[in-house]
Formats: sequence, C-alpha cells, structure tokens
Amino acid sequence: MPILVGRKTRAIVWGITGNQGSFHSKLMKEYGTQIVAGVTPGKGGNIVNDVSVFDTASAALETTDANSSIIFVPAPFTKDAAMEAIDAGLNPVVIITEGIPARDAMVILAYAKQHGTIIVGPNTPGVITPGEAKLGIMPGEVFKPGTVGVASRSGTLTYEIAQSLTHSGIGQSTCLGIGGDPYTGLNFVEVLKLFRDDPGTTALVLIGEIGGSAEEEAARYISETDYPKPVVAYVAGRGAPPGKRMGHAGAIITGTEGTAAAKIESLTSVGVTVADVPSDLPRILEKQAPPISH
Amino acid sequence: MPTFAAPDFEQTQMKLFEYEAKSFAQNIGIPVPRGSVASTPDEAKDIHKRLGGEVVVKAQVLVAGRGKAGGIKFGKTPDETRDRASEILGMFIKGEKVQKVLVEQKLASKRELFTSIVQDRSNRCQTALASGQGGVDIEEVAQTTPEKVIKHPLDPIFGMRAYDSRDVALRLGYNGNQLNLFSNLLSNLYRLSVMYDAELVESNPVVETQDGKFVTADLRIIVDDNSLFRQPEFQERSREVSSEVSPLEAKAREQGLAFVELEGDVGIIGNGAGLVMATIDLVKQFGGNPANFCDVGGGSNADHVAAALSVVQSSEKVKKVFINILAGITRCDEVAKGILEVKNVIGLKKPLVVRMAGTNHEEGRRILRSGNVDSFEKMEEAAKMVVALGSS
Repeated sequence: MPILVGRKTRAIVWGITGNQGSFHSKLMKEYGTQIVAGVTPGKGGNIVNDVSVFDTASAALETTDANSSIIFVPAPFTKDAAMEAIDAGLNPVVIITEGIPARDAMVILAYAKQHGTIIVGPNTPGVITPGEAKLGIMPGEVFKPGTVGVASRSGTLTYEIAQSLTHSGIGQSTCLGIGGDPYTGLNFVEVLKLFRDDPGTTALVLIGEIGGSAEEEAARYISETDYPKPVVAYVAGRGAPPGKRMGHAGAIITGTEGTAAAKIESLTSVGVTVADVPSDLPRILEKQAPPISH
Repeated sequence: MPTFAAPDFEQTQMKLFEYEAKSFAQNIGIPVPRGSVASTPDEAKDIHKRLGGEVVVKAQVLVAGRGKAGGIKFGKTPDETRDRASEILGMFIKGEKVQKVLVEQKLASKRELFTSIVQDRSNRCQTALASGQGGVDIEEVAQTTPEKVIKHPLDPIFGMRAYDSRDVALRLGYNGNQLNLFSNLLSNLYRLSVMYDAELVESNPVVETQDGKFVTADLRIIVDDNSLFRQPEFQERSREVSSEVSPLEAKAREQGLAFVELEGDVGIIGNGAGLVMATIDLVKQFGGNPANFCDVGGGSNADHVAAALSVVQSSEKVKKVFINILAGITRCDEVAKGILEVKNVIGLKKPLVVRMAGTNHEEGRRILRSGNVDSFEKMEEAAKMVVALGSS
C-alpha cells in the first residue's frame, strides 16, 4: 500500500494546456496514472491528450470523480490554482511550479492546513509510487516497485539515488520530492509519519541538502518517537559556501545555520547512517534492513 | 527560530536603499525624520541649512554594518556636514561604493526600539519582532537575552490584525495614547511588507522621542525576488542589482543558468541543483577543488548545455571541466550534441570529463565517442577521473 498516489489516484491537471502541463500529463498517463481532467480558465471544452479541459474545478467535478491534483501553472497564478484545488476537496495537491512569492506560498499552506489537505511542493518533482502511478515530472524508468520509501529536497539527485537503488535490486514503495523552496507543504517529519503508518514501506531514504532545518527536525522526530523503521540519508552541499543560494531558493546557508555538517551531525547522532557518496546508499540500506530487496 | 536580520551577503536579494524605503514609508503615514538625499558635499550642506539644528549623515549602501565602517557621522553646522559628507561619499563599505548620503535631523531619543516584519521559515508565516533593546546588533540581543525580543507570528490569511499590533505594543510596556501610536506604526510597517512583497521590513531603531512619539530612524526593506512580476517598479532594479555579481556570474545568469562562483579550478556543470551540489561534494571528497556551481536545469536541452560549457570554460581559473548529467526529461543524445557543438564551433578550451546516465545514454556516449570526448556512466568514476586529470 503506497502513500499519496497509487492506482486509485484520479487527478486533475492545472495548466494541462501549457507546454509543461501537456507534456507531463501525457507521460503521467503513459506511466499508468489516471488523469481525469484538466483545468485552464478560458480553455474549457478543449481536449488535450484525450483529457477533457474545464474552466473551473467545480465544472470538472460535475463530470469526473477526481480526488487529487497536480499544478503546472506559472507562478503568478499558482496561489489561485492551489486554493481552487484545496476548495474542491482534492488531496493531495502537488505543486510543480517554481518561483512562487513567499507570501503566496504561506497563504496556500495555511489554507491547506485549515482544510486538512496535503501539499507536496512547491518546486517539487512530485510523487511516484513505482509501478502504479506518478503525479510529477520524474522519469518513470529509474524507479522500480519495492519497499523503500524515498523523500528528498531535490529532483535529479533523487533520480540519481533511485537509479542506484534500482540497479542494486532495491525497489521503492513511494518516492517524493518535498520541494526546493523555503516554504513547502509536506516536510520530512510529515513524510516520516506517512511512511511509518504504511505497511508497504520497510525502510527510508532521506535526501537532504543545505539550508533550513528540515533534516534537524527529522532527526529530532526520529529520536523522540523511537522511529520504528531504519532510516538512511544523504545530505548534499558539504562543499557549498555560506551565503550563496545554490540553485534552489531554499538552499542557502545563513550564518552557521543550515550547513551540511550540522545536518549530518544531527542525523548521525540519532542513529541515521549518512552516506558519504550517493552510491553508498544501497550498501548501507542492505546492511541496516536485509529483507528489503525484491 | 526566525531569522532576525536578513543575511546581508546574498547578491540577488532585491534591497532598497534607506532613503527609498523611507519615502515609501512616508507615503503611507509612517513618521520618518525630516531629511533629504545628497550626491555631493555641497548638496549635503544645503540640506543641513534647510533642516537647521544638528543632523546625521548616513551612507546609502545596500550592505549592512555601515555604522561600524564609519558610514554614519554627525554634523553640528552646515560646513561640518559638508565635510562629513565629503568623507563618506566615495568611500567603500564592504566593497560597495557610497554614491549618496542621507542627511536627516538628529532625533532626541528617550528610548530606542527594534521592530521588524520577517518571513519566518519555521512557522511558515510572517512574524512581527519587537524589542526595547533597539539600536544595537539585534542578533546579539536575541542570542544572549532572547526574552527581550518579542515574537508575534501573524496569520498568513488574515495578516496583521489591529489587536496583533496592540498586543506587541502592550508587551513593550506602552499604554494609553502611546499604545495606539506604536501599534499604528507596527501595522503600517506590516502594510509596507504587503505592498512591496517584502522578505523583510526592519526599523532599527524606531526612536521614542522625548515627547513620546515614535519615528523610524532607520528602515530597511528587502523585496522578494519572486514577486517582481507584480512589483513592476523594481524590475529595472533587478537588472541593476545583477550587475553587482561577478562578470562571469552575470554572463551565466543571462543564459538562464543558476551559477555561483567558487574558489577552485574544476568547472562543474550538471542538471538539477541537488545533483550539482552532490557533484561538487564528490569532487571535493576526491581531493579536487570546484570552480563553480552551474545548474542547467532539470529539463534542459542541447543549447543550455552548450551555453553552460561556453561560460564555464571561458573562466581563466578553470583548468578542467566536469559535466554531470542524469537525464530524465533531458535526453543524453541532445546533451552530447550540445557538447560537440561547442567543440566544433569554439573548441574545447579545457580538458573535459562527461558523465552521462539516464534517457538515451548509450546514444549520447556514442555521439561523444565519435567526437573523441570521454564519458562515464557512474558519477564517482567520472569525479575521480576529473580530479586525477593534470595532477600526475
């Protein structure tokens, strides 16, 4: 049983008529995801990739039974799209869009919290349950079904690590990017909770990076709850200088806060093995939790 | 823990000069000291004549810490003000040349306060900060005596309500008319943060004057870069600010690349911020020293890679280049074509190591081989190779 997305996912795509939205809705369908509708204001009545486009979420819900959503619209329109998706009762809401104003992100997150909606992102590659479905832009072929959960703050680095797991015969239950922005919905702690309650997940990989305190909070949670499943990690940015934004808006060391060293230290101190290089992860996983490969 | 002062080292932040921030503040009724901005010593003298009394002459720079650097001086007479302005104008503060000074009336203060509206990453909201210990390094106050900094998180949906600001005023010890005066000021600072999509609005100090009023003696505003689409008046500034970065960084950013210069001699290019960071870490781990962070983006094409390679190899300090591509949406054959395009048109100026994996990687490596360019499938092997290059 996966978390967040799976065979029962029926998604509405915001921005399905745009470049990214149409390209990726095609790939998501090919991967097996049920894409039941698209929403683009002013383009209602069109068909994209055999999917009907509606002007609003309520119009889409009159004829479809959607339960999830993914948003590709440009940053200026993302707050509106996300709030419409939340109001429509869709859950989760995956926000791929990058570069959303911080105040807009705060409103989206607060509104989602009021409605009990899970937001993945913004600035995320999305969520994939290998072999079932994906709401995101990740290449499906690097993943394989299995029982290791993967949560990451990065995109291509996640594919890198998923690929090395896959090549070592270690499959994944669900992989998701929590997003590279300073303000994101799901954080590592919430992901740890979801995976804890998922019988299909036997071990976890956390892929962190410099900036913020998501890794430290995860470490605290693991220690406080005596987390029942093995967790291993990799943290990118040991070689990053302070004060420089390393591509992701959230990847910046301010003062001494947010350094890779501090994050590795807090994870290690609660028993999480942190790999020196990404390709060590499969070996470490096998040592920690032998029966995970299949 | 909210960040109290915004980091002053991020070059892409959209900061406003103090005199600009104060003019925006004045427009919505926030009390600021009387004063005006000068570009020459004589202008400063004339401003003093108009103001009368004693004045303060303040360097207008975007970096913090100008007081310690000698960028704030006082003038008792217009002639003295001219001399002080002439000392400050043209000086360099943390590498930034002072082009303008703000000449303002000197305030007689009873108490100096710190107030700020910050974006609070851990609470995912804006937070109002205030302290009776203003005018000093507030981060130090927060560290040594955290109880002296009032933190009031604000609901993102409703924003700062009048009673939020009254609560802060009361906790600072004000009542009666002063409670209303201070809470109005705080509400207005919050309004500025909304009007200008500010990451930070900070006044340190807000001066409580002898007659019990409040004046923002200093004011900093930093605009959220991501909001520029709805802040048209700052879009031009965004281009000016980007001229403050190194020429190489500016060149890279023009091409749409996320680029940061580092100390070493190994040029690094990759697709995706996390992967590039991991690549830098790996090269360092094997004893190499990266010259830059260059992210061509997750879904990039041949042109992006070609542009990145051209920029990175153009740097004199770069002795060798490492391209690390994990193709998902990107296709390796496209990337390989981009690399060969650079080779054929301007030539490969530095030894190059390519790592390619993912979509169409076999085809990509075949194309590279046809152009005599080495490539690897595993990132570790490629990283070791690039470090070993030329070091034997």
